Amino acid sequence: MATGAREAAQARGKWLVSGPPILYLLVFFAAPTLIMAAASLRTPGEFGGLAPLVDEAGKLDLNFDSFARFFTEPVYLEVFVKSVIFATATTVLCLLIAYPLASVIATSPKRVRSLLLLLVILPFWSNFLIRIYAWMIILGPNAALARGVNGMLAWFGAGPVPLLFSSFAVLVCLVYVHLPFMVLPLYANLEKHDPALLDAAQDLGAHAWQRFWRITFPLSLPGVYAGAALVFIPALGIFAIPDLLGGPNDTLIGNLIKQQFLETRDWPFGSVLSIVLTVAALALAGLAAWFGQRATRARALVDA
Amino acid sequence: MRKRRITLAKVAAAFGYAFLYLPLVIVVVYSFNDSRLNAEWVGFTLNWYRTLFADDDMLVAARNSLVIGLCASAVSTVLGTMAGFAMHRWKTRVLPILVLTPIAIPEILVGVSLLIFFVLLNFTLGLVSVAIAHIAFCIGFVAIVVRARMAGMDESLTEAARDCGATPWQAFRYVTLPLIMPGVIAGALMAFTLSIDDFVITFFTAGAGTVTLPLQIYSMIKIAVTPEVNAVSTLLMLLTLLLIVIASRLSPSLLRSQESTP
Repeated sequence: MATGAREAAQARGKWLVSGPPILYLLVFFAAPTLIMAAASLRTPGEFGGLAPLVDEAGKLDLNFDSFARFFTEPVYLEVFVKSVIFATATTVLCLLIAYPLASVIATSPKRVRSLLLLLVILPFWSNFLIRIYAWMIILGPNAALARGVNGMLAWFGAGPVPLLFSSFAVLVCLVYVHLPFMVLPLYANLEKHDPALLDAAQDLGAHAWQRFWRITFPLSLPGVYAGAALVFIPALGIFAIPDLLGGPNDTLIGNLIKQQFLETRDWPFGSVLSIVLTVAALALAGLAAWFGQRATRARALVDA
Repeated sequence: MRKRRITLAKVAAAFGYAFLYLPLVIVVVYSFNDSRLNAEWVGFTLNWYRTLFADDDMLVAARNSLVIGLCASAVSTVLGTMAGFAMHRWKTRVLPILVLTPIAIPEILVGVSLLIFFVLLNFTLGLVSVAIAHIAFCIGFVAIVVRARMAGMDESLTEAARDCGATPWQAFRYVTLPLIMPGVIAGALMAFTLSIDDFVITFFTAGAGTVTLPLQIYSMIKIAVTPEVNAVSTLLMLLTLLLIVIASRLSPSLLRSQESTP
């Protein structure tokens, strides 16, 4: 009897505490997401937004027209493929730059470690637009970099190339903005490595490269996959970077979504694009988690 | 042999740090440059800061950002602390999914779905809609920090309070809350920073008439590069830096919070 009352009080407490945040997120996150998913099956309204759910003839407005449009007009698939290529290139470049950073931090003395880590994270906390703006300055036509590069090109008899408003600018900035997301999980993984393994390999005659490629790198795979997911997903949906740094051909899926909602006001098609983006992002995150788990299991075998 | 590899990694890491900081340093340095073009150093001036503080649009934007940031961090700290507490205490399944998904998916999705939602409900876009949107993604960050703090807490203290006859509320108010306070404050500072800095979600939920600092910066750099943007960027970076250093002092686990995001 007493325990029953106490359990009831426990359950009440649980709902009192977890209820408000759950309710808030159901209303302002889950519901809008579901509404957007439903909007993909509707017809765009005459003046933007959605057409009435039931028209004058009493016909329900539900169709796959917007989905069909995405899959039949090659220009949209092209933009999607381009977005995947940009996000993949960003992920690979981030990995190449982040690996030495993370391993130097992980092998540095304990007292400077948190400072070095903080130094990687701080730029991430500075405003996103400021970080884009910085590259507008660096790559600008009057800046030293552009003048140097074009001076060199002229020396070889090649014409001047614009650095700003190009795919190059978009890629550099994508890498810049997402780098901390790769360093953190890599560091968290590398920090746990047992240095005795490397010493043992060295005693057995392994070269530096062999020690890295056959021991450190395979052991760090869970961190690599986690970092790849953290970089790839936001990079796939980006719109501000191509918007501000890209040329006319650098439209990515994020720009297309923005266009549908704010300019063309074709909500159903914008929703289709958003769903494609979500599915692609979730699929890749799932894949990364699966690979990560496999790698963790392999690691557990080594540890045992 | 081994030593050489480490040196090579160190050189690469130094380049990495230079890559991270050089762009920000350039923004700051050119904010004091006596030239309209952000191209080369001409001479020292504070003119761009004077222009900034005489720019009414910018001041309105700054006030809006401040109001939204304060509201969003206040509400999301309360809700996020509840969520973090519940996630630690009861190991619920729904809550982590609801709390973490908004920060794990591309931001643009949160922005456009809220835009549809507000417009369909005939909810006027403005300060309130932006604050509501910011709260939705800040809850997760606060919850992560608070949960990390709770995980490092000695559970037996709360039990002792209960055994001494404290009600669950008293045990929370006088034992748990003071212990997790550094985490709660760190979460609040983080939420404030995220709100002040947010561009993507604000861009979709602000409507035509409302401008925040990032939206103002966006419309300025969309047209041309001007050192006034360098000046506002420098001040914004200083503010963020200050808040984040304080927050990471209060809650060292903040440095790791990104890992638990996916």
